[in-house]
Amino acid sequence: MMAKLIGKRITRNEDPRLLTGQALFVDDVELPGMLHAAFLRSEYAHAKLKGIDLSAALERPGVVAAFTAEDMGDDWAPGPPLVIPPPTIEDVEFYTRTQVPLVKDKVRHAGEPLAIVIADSRYIAEDALDDIVVDLEPLDVVTNIERALEPDSPLVHDDLESNLAAHLVQEKGDYAAIRESADKVIKRRIVIERGIAGAMENRGIVASWDNKQQQLTVWDTTQSPIPIRNGLASMFGLSEHQVRVIAPFVGGGFGPKIMMFYPEEVLLTWSTLKMGKPIKWIEDRRENFYATTQERGQIHDVELALTNDGRILGMRDDFLHDTGAYDPYGLTIPLNTQCHALGPYDIPNFSSDLKVVFTNKTLTTPVRGAGRPQGVFVIERMLDIAAKELGIDRAEIRKRNYLPRDVFPYDNLIIDQAFSSFVIDSGDYLPAMEKALKLIDYEKFTQEEQPKLREEGRRVGIGVVSFIETTGVGPYEGARVTIESSGKVNTATGVGTQGQGHFTTFAQIVAEQLGVDVRDVHLVTGDTAQFHWGTGTFASRGAVVAANAVNAAASIVRGKVLKLASELLDTPEEELELEDGVVRVADIPTQFISLGDLAQRSNPLRGAVEPGTEPGLEATAYFGPKYGATAFGTHAMIVEVDPETMMVEIKRYIVVEDCGTVLNPLIVEGQLHGGVALGIGNSFYEKLVFDDNGQLLNASFADYLIPTAAEIPTIEIAHQVTPSPLNPLGSKGVGEAGAIPVPALFAQAVENALGVDGLEILESPLSPQRLFELFHGEEKDA
Amino acid sequence: MSEAMDITVTVNGEVFQKTIEPRLLLSDFIRHELNLSGTHVGCEHGVCGACTILFDGMPVRSCLMFAVQADGHEIRTVEDLGTMENLHPLQEAFQEAHALQCGFCTSGFLMSILPVLEGTTDLSEEDLKRAMEGNLCRCTGYQHIRDAVQLAAEKMSSGSES
Ligand code: FES
Ligand code: FES
Repeated sequence: MMAKLIGKRITRNEDPRLLTGQALFVDDVELPGMLHAAFLRSEYAHAKLKGIDLSAALERPGVVAAFTAEDMGDDWAPGPPLVIPPPTIEDVEFYTRTQVPLVKDKVRHAGEPLAIVIADSRYIAEDALDDIVVDLEPLDVVTNIERALEPDSPLVHDDLESNLAAHLVQEKGDYAAIRESADKVIKRRIVIERGIAGAMENRGIVASWDNKQQQLTVWDTTQSPIPIRNGLASMFGLSEHQVRVIAPFVGGGFGPKIMMFYPEEVLLTWSTLKMGKPIKWIEDRRENFYATTQERGQIHDVELALTNDGRILGMRDDFLHDTGAYDPYGLTIPLNTQCHALGPYDIPNFSSDLKVVFTNKTLTTPVRGAGRPQGVFVIERMLDIAAKELGIDRAEIRKRNYLPRDVFPYDNLIIDQAFSSFVIDSGDYLPAMEKALKLIDYEKFTQEEQPKLREEGRRVGIGVVSFIETTGVGPYEGARVTIESSGKVNTATGVGTQGQGHFTTFAQIVAEQLGVDVRDVHLVTGDTAQFHWGTGTFASRGAVVAANAVNAAASIVRGKVLKLASELLDTPEEELELEDGVVRVADIPTQFISLGDLAQRSNPLRGAVEPGTEPGLEATAYFGPKYGATAFGTHAMIVEVDPETMMVEIKRYIVVEDCGTVLNPLIVEGQLHGGVALGIGNSFYEKLVFDDNGQLLNASFADYLIPTAAEIPTIEIAHQVTPSPLNPLGSKGVGEAGAIPVPALFAQAVENALGVDGLEILESPLSPQRLFELFHGEEKDA
Repeated sequence: MSEAMDITVTVNGEVFQKTIEPRLLLSDFIRHELNLSGTHVGCEHGVCGACTILFDGMPVRSCLMFAVQADGHEIRTVEDLGTMENLHPLQEAFQEAHALQCGFCTSGFLMSILPVLEGTTDLSEEDLKRAMEGNLCRCTGYQHIRDAVQLAAEKMSSGSES
């Protein structure tokens, strides 16, 4: 296949709609007779619910209904667990406790919904929340994961013996033995705290039950419309064909808009089924801070055993992971952390004891990076410390430990988030590092510039870190490609889209196969009425799993086109070419037939479709990789810290990225820019602060700082291409790559800039204030 | 709740007369009363800038105003720029530079930047930063937006727009 379109910087098909305000987002759905919902949420993080009185709310003019958990009767049930470890995993302890639609017995985190009010307008519904009388008896709260495991800690789930949600030990080789023979063992404690995903669009749902058609339609800001459809159908005893879930344009996903079966998704559906009226709920920003899932939140006790020349002999990483009040997402995040703590390095002996812990805080589920930034932070920081203690250059110690290019596929001998063996499909780490060093002029900066600047009293530093990113996990995605009689091509796939440019990258693949204009490929995503097999957009899998399904379907259609055209043009298939929307005989430009004509001919109004053939130029195909494709890269940065204000200025930022075959460099660059920006937020600006009562102290954009254009530097990007052998396109995911190494890099560069002996940054996120404390040697108060 | 009020407001050149509650936010009025859903709402507390519109030519955050304050005033929203077939040069530049991903923040950026470029297309780095830093975008990391504004400045100074 000649690459004419794949790999090109093609501007996006979806942009004109978005730019002119014509794209449909959930809050743009307006239906006749639509009602509006608001949720009463607990202000306490832990409390016994003794009673709720809705009567005053129900009397307010404009209020149509209000419900509590009791009103749901037998329909009340905790949400389905999403990712449970299979019994094949040895010795894993796991206690499933999933979120409930409305609190029945006790509140487990601030913001948990207690009641829903449905009214003529959102304003009235919100007014009515104040009319509700709730009797809550506050209980002792536990927010700290270490405290949560102490024997006298308050219990988040009273039926469990402790707040332990899961326990898993993974080992390879024999760490204990190698530790004894190591020249050097370095031991540190690393603390990583929480942030939000911060999509600009909050969550939203419109649910509408049409009693005459017996049809439920749900518009949902979800990354996974198909699992939501299947789940809602089974929850409410409907056939899957009676439920249509539409994820229209979604204003950013970044993880939390995954198939959560959030209480609101369940409640809106339950209410419309009961009332037969369309109902809308749009989350506000404050609710988003309390009720939408969050991530990070781990404490690691790490040891690295090395030889004197900096070769890693083994690593121990025992850590606690904060799952919040419930654990529907199983072990996905901490398993990612475990795998990524091994990084691109050859670590023959590894031991990791993981404990997942319940706390009285909002749930954690994957946020862009999904456990990987923590793993990368751990190994990269440990290597930095090792380099310092052994007197080896930071870049050099990494080079000495990379897995060599000829070991792939490389089995890391532990299990990954998909509960299969953590196999790295491909890699070539050294050139990516060399390229980054060259681009940032590492030698010159460290040898010449930095000493000079230091002399002037300026605190300027450099950082360089490597990382891997497992992407594109299964199980599978599918796509249907249809040539219409207009000659335009319709492509349907089940993944939702939240800005990743699927309308364009998938169109490029189809256009390349079929020889049509990219603008003539129309993509439908995220509507279960159009395509209903698949899982969703997460784990950087769109460009891998869905794109390869699109490619497979388009290639079958291409075969059909060639076969039919060969008959009609009386020319062997090998002599035909697909170009400009026609099939033509190579070298005879006058002999051709258009795709539109072929589509018509393939769907005859007279005559029969021959046995063994199908009408239409259409095909549906699926792609399911055996295991994921692992992207990798090196990031480097130069920063200057102002010693007065402790503000950090990023002077240069370099990304060397290897995500296999690049489908559209413009879009990949956009993904990397956005990832790095989120990573910078994660490193320095964004930290959720909970007090001891489980109250979030910075639940607004005025207090929780998402970086603006003033904080994000120009990001210089260089690509390297090591195609994945696991899929025909050779692609790997890139959606999360930008974000993953940033906290580790930022800590290294800032530490280097401060240049204070003994000052080690072992936590993330930082802040100017925290840097000030570290700089002046003050202990952080507990 | 106080009495409903009558207002007359010109939006995108069209005059609307509506009877509304005094507490109705201007953002909700634009989106849900006038069905101009291109203006988005990301925070409703004046920080994200997604709801930015032009109020008598000045960019304002429509979530921080009541609709009644617009009585007798003139509003422009993103729907007043180009059409899908015929984009405004600023919109064109956004597409060419890939300055939007999910597109949720985009109309806010367009409406913040438009009056700046209509004032001058000769922007210094500092002007550029100032024109953008009042709006949040979680997807793009801003770099492509910066490129787009520069590109738009070129397009608009070469006279395709007066
Ligand atoms: S919605 Fe108005 S500033 Fe965020
Ligand atoms: S493009 Fe998604 S928030 Fe800006």
